[in-house]
Amino acid sequence: MRAAVIVFPGSNRERDAERAITLAGGTETHLVWHTETSLPAVDLVMVPGGFAHGDYLRAGAIAARSPVMRAVADHAARGGYVLGVCNGFQVLTEARLLPGALMRNAGLTFICRPVHLAVEQSGPFTGAYETGAEVTFPVAHHDGNFRADEETVKRLEGEGRVIFRYREALNGSVNDIAGIANEAGNVLGLMPHPENAVEPLHASEDGMPLFKSIVAACA
Amino acid sequence: MKARVTITLKSGVLDPQGKAIEGALSDLGFSGVVSARQGKIIDLELQSSDEEAARAEVHKMCEDLLANTVVERYDIAIVS
Repeated sequence: MRAAVIVFPGSNRERDAERAITLAGGTETHLVWHTETSLPAVDLVMVPGGFAHGDYLRAGAIAARSPVMRAVADHAARGGYVLGVCNGFQVLTEARLLPGALMRNAGLTFICRPVHLAVEQSGPFTGAYETGAEVTFPVAHHDGNFRADEETVKRLEGEGRVIFRYREALNGSVNDIAGIANEAGNVLGLMPHPENAVEPLHASEDGMPLFKSIVAACA
Repeated sequence: MKARVTITLKSGVLDPQGKAIEGALSDLGFSGVVSARQGKIIDLELQSSDEEAARAEVHKMCEDLLANTVVERYDIAIVS
């Protein structure tokens, strides 16, 4: 599996993303700067966590309008896999590759700790998990409160596009949604950090099957 | 020409920062506050001297970047 990790000014998890992909069996990973207008030939584009452009205006808003995001949208439209984590999820919603918006946490605090999640659906990002499995990933966000209009939420639920769900009320997200997929299922965004749950020294290694799932889907 | 864009959360969208402001006002003894909503103002200075054209341009800016219409609404005022 060949991957590109997009880097914006203020990204801070790109090396973690690269390492997780490599540990899972990725064969090459390119770090791609936000001003690029094209991507190398890759199977997966990962939009990592951080505070792209300082989260100015809205989290992910400026990054979503970067030149490279047009190439990411083209990659997604061709059916290529796109994974947005934390700030990357915010970028994907702002770029309208995923529906909804991520607002300030309902409790107003930055939340930084491991959380329990349910793997709700099987798909290219979750094939290596048992459906319904409980996993532990860390979260580290201030704006993770997922919102969408009622009809969109109904569609996401009805079409099986809620891929990860918090096992507790965490940040105000509607229906405790932690991660969603696009209609075609090749774009996933989630607030928790699977790339920070892949090694023995991490809080868990539950993130590794996610990356292995993508590697398997690309084999 | 100057334009002022006022961006607020749509009604019905929970505004936790507004809620915190409400709580703090109440703590200060302002008991008559029914609700507080927080938004933002963006002031733009434009080259255009044609008000209609400027308004149309700012409208597009709001749709493309300045507001996230999933959760926000915006109001454009041409100031001078």
